[in-house]
Amino acid sequence: MKVIRKILDDIKPNVQKGGKFEIFHSAFDAVETLFFVPDKVTIKGSHIRDGIDMKRTMIVVFIALIPALLFGMWNVGFQHFKSLGETVTLWPAFWYGFWKVLPIVIVTYVVGLGIEIIFAQKRGHDVNEGFFVSGILIPLVLPPDIPLWMVAVATAFAVIIGKEVFGGTGMNILNPALTARAFLFFAYPSFMSGDKVWISDKADAFSGATPLGDALVGNFDKLPNPMDMITGIIPGSIGETSIIAISIGALILLFTGVASWRILFSTIAGALIMGLLFNLWGYNDYMNLPAHYHLIMGGFAFGAVFMATDPVTASQTNKGKYIYGFLIGLLAVLIRVFNPAYPEGMMLAILLMNVFAPLIDYYVVASNINKRLKRVKA
Amino acid sequence: MSEEKKEKKAIFSAKNRKLLINPLHKDNPITTQVLGICSALAVTAKVKPAFVMTLSVMAVLAIGNVIISILRNGIPPRIRIIVQLVVIAALVILVDQVLKAFVFDVSKQLSVFVGLIITNCIIMGRFEAFAMANKPWESFLDGLGNAFGYGWILIVVAFFREFLGSGTIWDYPVMEKLGVYSFGYENNGFMILPPMALIIVGVIIWVQRSKDKTLIEEK
Repeated sequence: MKVIRKILDDIKPNVQKGGKFEIFHSAFDAVETLFFVPDKVTIKGSHIRDGIDMKRTMIVVFIALIPALLFGMWNVGFQHFKSLGETVTLWPAFWYGFWKVLPIVIVTYVVGLGIEIIFAQKRGHDVNEGFFVSGILIPLVLPPDIPLWMVAVATAFAVIIGKEVFGGTGMNILNPALTARAFLFFAYPSFMSGDKVWISDKADAFSGATPLGDALVGNFDKLPNPMDMITGIIPGSIGETSIIAISIGALILLFTGVASWRILFSTIAGALIMGLLFNLWGYNDYMNLPAHYHLIMGGFAFGAVFMATDPVTASQTNKGKYIYGFLIGLLAVLIRVFNPAYPEGMMLAILLMNVFAPLIDYYVVASNINKRLKRVKA
Repeated sequence: MSEEKKEKKAIFSAKNRKLLINPLHKDNPITTQVLGICSALAVTAKVKPAFVMTLSVMAVLAIGNVIISILRNGIPPRIRIIVQLVVIAALVILVDQVLKAFVFDVSKQLSVFVGLIITNCIIMGRFEAFAMANKPWESFLDGLGNAFGYGWILIVVAFFREFLGSGTIWDYPVMEKLGVYSFGYENNGFMILPPMALIIVGVIIWVQRSKDKTLIEEK
């Protein structure tokens, strides 16, 4: 570590204000804070700074995503060979998926970070870690065979229109990863939905429908058994299939307190309650689907753990978090069952609630003020 | 009569020129006055309808402004909105009939939106804000200027939406001629949807404001 410190200290004067390479300031800063805790201290007031800054938070989320990422890579390979009717051992499947997923990850990072650095230079602020997690989330919510240029376009759209327009990391209204996915979903629907895209290079005769796809067209007898859906040996977006891998990530996030348990809990509650209500109504087969199926189908689990809990776009107040999460779960199931055009309701539900999160906060705060005012009067 | 003669002398005075040019940029109906957004979303999926829409709005706005300006002293203030609406509606019906007679296919594409020019806020807005208080010639210029300002935004938005969304420009298959489809290029379906028009208008506003800082409101 000392060696790195020394190298950085040697370079530092050159890139600070007035130095020869001032233009690389933000790049230098990015590297420096990667290795060392920033030495910034507060000057005014009595702010207490926690040791956990944005970089540490992002690293925790990144670690939490690793199980889903690794499983996703393996599953991409496994599904591919399965569709060809071949049996495959652990490593060949993993390597196949690895070489499918890695280019998507690289393209996402290069495009996303490139744009962030350009904006940081232009606006004179530091390159921050905002894209660190988005860069891994975006590949995980895409199908394995998505053309790379589409990934690049969607990433650029998400970073510019979804984030930089509002002022960069921490100011965004919509979750950037979901913005990218929604962009692709509406722009290139034939690459993002249907039963052809979820298995990489699949054999034509093999049905590649996801459980959601099956449910949508009423093939309830074709749904994989719940055990497969929980382990994740089903076709789907790269990172969304395995409930076990996602749960490991969820435990890490909850244990470290990075994700809000209130949001997670209320999202699941919302989905279950909506599912149970549909069960009571029981008008068609989809409504009769047991409520807990909704939790393990499609991107619900992934969205609930990694997207809904995004601290920037979620509600900030505790009461608001319950409302926010509950409505996400409720709307996700509602969209799935009622709107045949959008098989995956989770993405749209989260984006919609992202937009409403500040409003929820506003009313939670306002009601609190009212309550206190009443107390004063009494 | 003497008044009219004076007017004619200064037919393109600096003030009058401003009436024509300001709406193109600083006082643009869409990007700064934020009027007429609905039709900017609805008819900009392709350049051709956007162009015809521009012409239609131009006709209605310029002629309407003149008519209202001539009538301005005779309109009782309490019923002025009704009078304005009658003028707009009459003009819109005229435009609609002309379109149906000469460019039927475009008229079909624009469908209900020609009729909806009646509700286009730019027209009401200019009647109220300008024609009710100014002379016919100035009102004519103001109408023309605002229609131009509205039109260039419409056509720019339509250009990007048609080019990226359908791969054509004025129905000419540009992307196909360039041969990009063989490289795996796909048309962007999102561009065809109205939200994308809103985003493109937003980007235009962004560019405009970063070029001209005076447009940014003080906090």
